[in-house]
Amino acid sequence: MSVLVDVRQLSVSYRHGHTAVNRLSLNIAQGETVAIVGESGSGKSTLANAILGLLPDSAQITAGQLWVDSHDLTHASERQKRALRGRTIGLVPQDPTVSLNPTLRVGQQIAEALILARGKRYPGVDADIVELLQQVGIDTPVLRARQHPHELSGGMRQRVLIAIALAGNPRLIIADEPTSALDVTVQRKILDHLQRLVSERGISLLIITHDLGVAADRADRILVMQHGEVVEQGTPGRILGAPQHDYTRALIAAAPAFAKRREPLPRIDSTQAPILSLKNVGKTFALPKVKGEESTFVALEDLNLQVYPGQTLAIVGESGSGKSTALRIALGLEKPTQGQVWFEQQDVTHLNWRDFRPLRQRLQLVQQNPFAALDPRFTVFDSIVEPLVSFGRLKGAALEQAARELINRVHLPVSYLDRLPRELSGGQCQRVAIARALALKPDLLLLDEPVSALDVSVQARILELLEELQREMGIAYVLVSHDLSVVANFAHEVLVLRNGRVIEHGSVERIFSHPGCEYTRELIAAIPGRHVTTQAA
Amino acid sequence: MTVLEQNLGRNTLPASPAPWRRRSRLQRVAATVLPLLRRPGFSLALLVVVFAWVAAVAPHVLSSFDPYATSPIDKLRAPNLIHWFGTDELGRDLYTRVVHGAGLSVLAAFLAVGIALLGGLGLGILSGFAGGRIDAVIMRFVDVLLALPGLLLALAIVTAIGFGTVPVAIAVGIGIIPGFARTTRAEVLRVKTLPYVEAARLGGASWGRTLLRHILPNAWGPVAVLATLDFGAAILATAGLSFLGFGAAPPAAEWGTLIANGRHFLITAPWVSLLPGLFLVAVVFSLNHIARTFEEIQR
Repeated sequence: MSVLVDVRQLSVSYRHGHTAVNRLSLNIAQGETVAIVGESGSGKSTLANAILGLLPDSAQITAGQLWVDSHDLTHASERQKRALRGRTIGLVPQDPTVSLNPTLRVGQQIAEALILARGKRYPGVDADIVELLQQVGIDTPVLRARQHPHELSGGMRQRVLIAIALAGNPRLIIADEPTSALDVTVQRKILDHLQRLVSERGISLLIITHDLGVAADRADRILVMQHGEVVEQGTPGRILGAPQHDYTRALIAAAPAFAKRREPLPRIDSTQAPILSLKNVGKTFALPKVKGEESTFVALEDLNLQVYPGQTLAIVGESGSGKSTALRIALGLEKPTQGQVWFEQQDVTHLNWRDFRPLRQRLQLVQQNPFAALDPRFTVFDSIVEPLVSFGRLKGAALEQAARELINRVHLPVSYLDRLPRELSGGQCQRVAIARALALKPDLLLLDEPVSALDVSVQARILELLEELQREMGIAYVLVSHDLSVVANFAHEVLVLRNGRVIEHGSVERIFSHPGCEYTRELIAAIPGRHVTTQAA
Repeated sequence: MTVLEQNLGRNTLPASPAPWRRRSRLQRVAATVLPLLRRPGFSLALLVVVFAWVAAVAPHVLSSFDPYATSPIDKLRAPNLIHWFGTDELGRDLYTRVVHGAGLSVLAAFLAVGIALLGGLGLGILSGFAGGRIDAVIMRFVDVLLALPGLLLALAIVTAIGFGTVPVAIAVGIGIIPGFARTTRAEVLRVKTLPYVEAARLGGASWGRTLLRHILPNAWGPVAVLATLDFGAAILATAGLSFLGFGAAPPAAEWGTLIANGRHFLITAPWVSLLPGLFLVAVVFSLNHIARTFEEIQR
């Protein structure tokens, strides 16, 4: 096998002195699939940009060599680099929602790549577009080629991006977190497809991911990166089976798919009254009137659920399954079209904002995106104590004391109280958001995808924290997630939603050991890393 | 933050029970503004603006001449060590008149921007927050105001309510309301839907509190920059109207009237128009530079 990419002792530094990649060596042979695993900030994207010759002006290769298809990229001119891009190296970018030009039809964007690769416009371009779209698994490619990106779903857009990467017939495809913005089931289908296309054509694939599970499923070889250095590399079996480095071990422990199933959680005491119950709740949205289309959209249908004190109920489903709507109804942010919401012994369905307000002290929300959940002008202190101030509970020294206690609860140093959100990492922001939700000592915490925006290892830490808080304070949780692996070790009960309907409901052990329907089985199979663990078992 | 660092953070936590005290708002503002003073451009701009400000508040500090004392012997003297900006056709010291004129000009600009801020913020918040019909009505009104050229609108208002510095300031202020209303509305609409506003509401905050503590401060940035920018524009507009003869009546010193006065002597004594004009330009440029700097650090 010939070596396609040969990186020797490469160092890349940013102008402000930060070394993103430090004496890194790596080679990728023709037809090989290599995965680079690391957290955000570990330098993996900088490495990918270096291979593509797309380093920003502020970054510089300070040492080492970088050979791609026997061209030395360290000293190549922009023209030489451009000749490599598209034709030798293709890129599947990270976020499908922003990576396509919204004003151009999908077909035109693929044509652009095709024409660039061939050097000029040629007669068969339309046929090639349709063929490419077919290859990446899009039905009705003729229609899709004429649509704009906003008319396609996230998964389909990612497929279009793969088609664009394939258009130049490259010998290496770099996939930079190709599916982290997608639902798990879609993620699996797309990665399967990408892998098949790549192996059929003998293309090398470089997957960049923070999820060890994805890497273990797909790659022939895994490189674990930390602080710009490769700390370990080897086959997935060896990395998972006999990790040498502490950091790898930490990553494996953090990946939910590899975590050992723990002891079954204590059964729900049926004599206890549920703290929150939704009874036959339904929600329909009115759509803008279009001739020949339905004028309403059913987001939720006949949803029943009970949350018991001190227990966790997980609601699992893909985007559009109505799980966020259910949360918003429980919080009184939306009114259900049918059914009732009970909080303990009180019907809260038709309470107005003022009457609901006292209940807010017992019912709090943790939002999905920790960066957007904190006011950028508020210090951590201001954010955390805001609910206390709003309810006029504490003042002055007592308030500062409360803030100190809360920040200790979420395991952040007290000095962080003076920081602004932009001075915190994602995981730290989420801790602050949790502290704010805890400020009023609620009995029920609604968690809307609390970890989906975070790196896998940070996810594990946050879940650990939530679990500890439940043990110590006896809070009940409703956890909304699209990822069953997050739920597996955390919830007592699981509810699977699809298209607004409950398709399965039961204890977590039963759902995982005897899934009742096809869709649940599909969700379980889609957990990345499962492939390797089941083989090993 | 990596797993390792987090571990470290957790371990060192109990070891450092340093007494934590809240950093005051002043300290935080100082932390962002002080580094700016190291930029020479910003310091210079600030110096010019402070000079104009001192001239407006206490002109006697900066000049010992009387702005109204005529001295026919010294008429139309070129700039020299005694008369830094020269003298005008009646022998009055021009530098003194510029310094004393700052009072009226800055007052007019303040009044104009204040009116625009109050009106613009009010309309913008109301329409962004209420939405629906109220929004539609306010925005159509703003569209009408935007469709008229600012100076024409100001001229019409001044003709209607009378001449003088204050009417001119009111006219200029009304002319720049639409820009403020538009910017504020756009920002309020953007901020209103952000998760942290929802979080504050769920934390029990009332709409008033949410508006004052979350929406306004976060929507404020672009509006504040616009205000600084329009402060310069307002000085220019009042000077423009005074130049046309709608502003302060002579012999009161005002930057626009000073420039207008000198236009009869442009060939023989160019400094009479030129030096007050250059000073005006320096103040406006400085304000623009400060606005630009603040805009940059907001990003």
